[in-house]
Amino acid sequence: MRLEVEARHRIGSFTIDAAFGSEGGVTALFGRSGSGKTSLVNIIAGLLRPDRGRVVLDGKVIADSERGTFTPVHRRRFGYVFQEARLFPHLSVRRNLAYGRWFAGMAGSRPEFDRVVAMLGIGHLLERRPGTLSGGERQRVAIGRALLAAPRLLLMDEPLAALDDARKAEILPYLERLRDETRIPIVYVSHSVAEVARLAERVVVVDNGRVEASGDVAAILSQPAAALATERRETGALVEGVVEGQDDRHDLTLVRAGRCLIRVPHLVSSPGHALRLYIAARDVMLATARPEAISALNVLEGTVVDLSPVGKGSVDVRVDCGGNMIVARITALSRETLALAPGKTVHAIIKTVALDY
Amino acid sequence: MEWTALTDAEWTAVQLSLRVATVAMLASLPLALPVAMALARGRFWGRSVLNGLVHMPLILPPVVTGFALLLIFGRRGPIGAFLAEHFGLVFSFRWTGAALACAVMGFPLMVRSIRLSIEAVDRKLEDAAATLGAGPGWVFLTVTLPLILPGILAGMVLSFAKAMGEFGATITFVSNIPGETQTIAAAIYTFTQVPGGDAGAMRLAVISIIVSMTALMLSEILAAAAARRTVAA
Repeated sequence: MRLEVEARHRIGSFTIDAAFGSEGGVTALFGRSGSGKTSLVNIIAGLLRPDRGRVVLDGKVIADSERGTFTPVHRRRFGYVFQEARLFPHLSVRRNLAYGRWFAGMAGSRPEFDRVVAMLGIGHLLERRPGTLSGGERQRVAIGRALLAAPRLLLMDEPLAALDDARKAEILPYLERLRDETRIPIVYVSHSVAEVARLAERVVVVDNGRVEASGDVAAILSQPAAALATERRETGALVEGVVEGQDDRHDLTLVRAGRCLIRVPHLVSSPGHALRLYIAARDVMLATARPEAISALNVLEGTVVDLSPVGKGSVDVRVDCGGNMIVARITALSRETLALAPGKTVHAIIKTVALDY
Repeated sequence: MEWTALTDAEWTAVQLSLRVATVAMLASLPLALPVAMALARGRFWGRSVLNGLVHMPLILPPVVTGFALLLIFGRRGPIGAFLAEHFGLVFSFRWTGAALACAVMGFPLMVRSIRLSIEAVDRKLEDAAATLGAGPGWVFLTVTLPLILPGILAGMVLSFAKAMGEFGATITFVSNIPGETQTIAAAIYTFTQVPGGDAGAMRLAVISIIVSMTALMLSEILAAAAARRTVAA
């Protein structure tokens, strides 16, 4: 699968001028709100017709303003999960799910229907009306509805943004299953580094209607924050690991990353699965001696690599912990008190709870 | 209970009114829906002219509307002559003319009710339907139409009620012929003009009040249902 998108579009004084590609898997469109991500997805879906642009999927031209071709939305077969679920209020959950199947010409395919319903855990909701569902349930139904239309490509516009943290944690595992179990390429819009880190393989950083950077998630997210169109408080580091085991009794997942073992809340994935974690710098503490009798479960020994210049009274310290680069944001005062300098041995302390989504 | 029993003449007027109102309501619906759609969503030159034209019968003295109908749809009117000649459809001094007059008078009410329900539909739902593979026609049939159905029903009820009570335009256009064009309102008028007609006028007036009240309550209930339905989830 290869998706190519090129678009120039003016909306009032805001200009979108972006081009990017996707090679399948999950491609994240990442940037702060108002950066033009949603408009780009609408252009791919055909809901927004750009002044100039091209959308090509697997060599097939979906839209090209220069050639004057434009496939209307309903013939593109691009699934779209919106920020607000947009379920049809007059139809039951079952009929919402079945809506797109009919147009895809496969209304009768029960196994597929049952498989998607089981994957999203919405079997008990089928006879309910959308108005009676919780936000998280609605979003799961919306994902199912898009999937059951047999899309060639799945567009997701901040499907978690309208939900609180508990609901996000409820849906993220389903999105991971979706990514791992279906082969549908996904374009995933998000402004959350943690979400992007966990779900996407490639990331396209969008700022002010333009593509600032694009590439592999690990490569892009481990760049210094300045390169990312992200808020300073979201600075952090990406840790890649493999699920080593689960602690059912305490509802924890153990992730092996290099020589470190990190405990993550909830049973997010089964052993053997790769998992990417984004550890925000403000959630990491540093200690020069190994702390004892502490509630934080993740204490990683490492060596200070470098320190950023002081900004707003704090510094970002990069620490190499058994092959993982972790960033800790500490005050300038702490740096002086602990006499931190490159080469010094420290312990990075990360609360497991801080790794929740 | 002699007092409450309808005489044959009164019963004829009630039956005629029901027939006229039903035909007026059903005949205006196919036109009201596209007009409401155009007014709610269309961005075209002459939209405000169309809007004014539709609402005109609401403001004009009904006699003027009736007179206009007489000029246009009468035997010698441009459209009336054409229809009579090619389709054998005659309006003047027939119950069909009463139905036409009632349809015209009820049209703005029907259009207004449908238009408001169309404007309340969240267009994002229609976009969602399109991404699921539904073309514009299917989107209308499976999403827009079900969502505006209460508004359409409310509009039909209002148009029916208006037709049941229409007087001025009808009497001007098709006169007041018992059994052919004498609707409830015209019959009440006739009864009040003759000595001893008060009891008959009273009976028909009560029927009139009940019909109007029921219709208004029904349209309120439907409007509330429409508001509930169009809330997106």
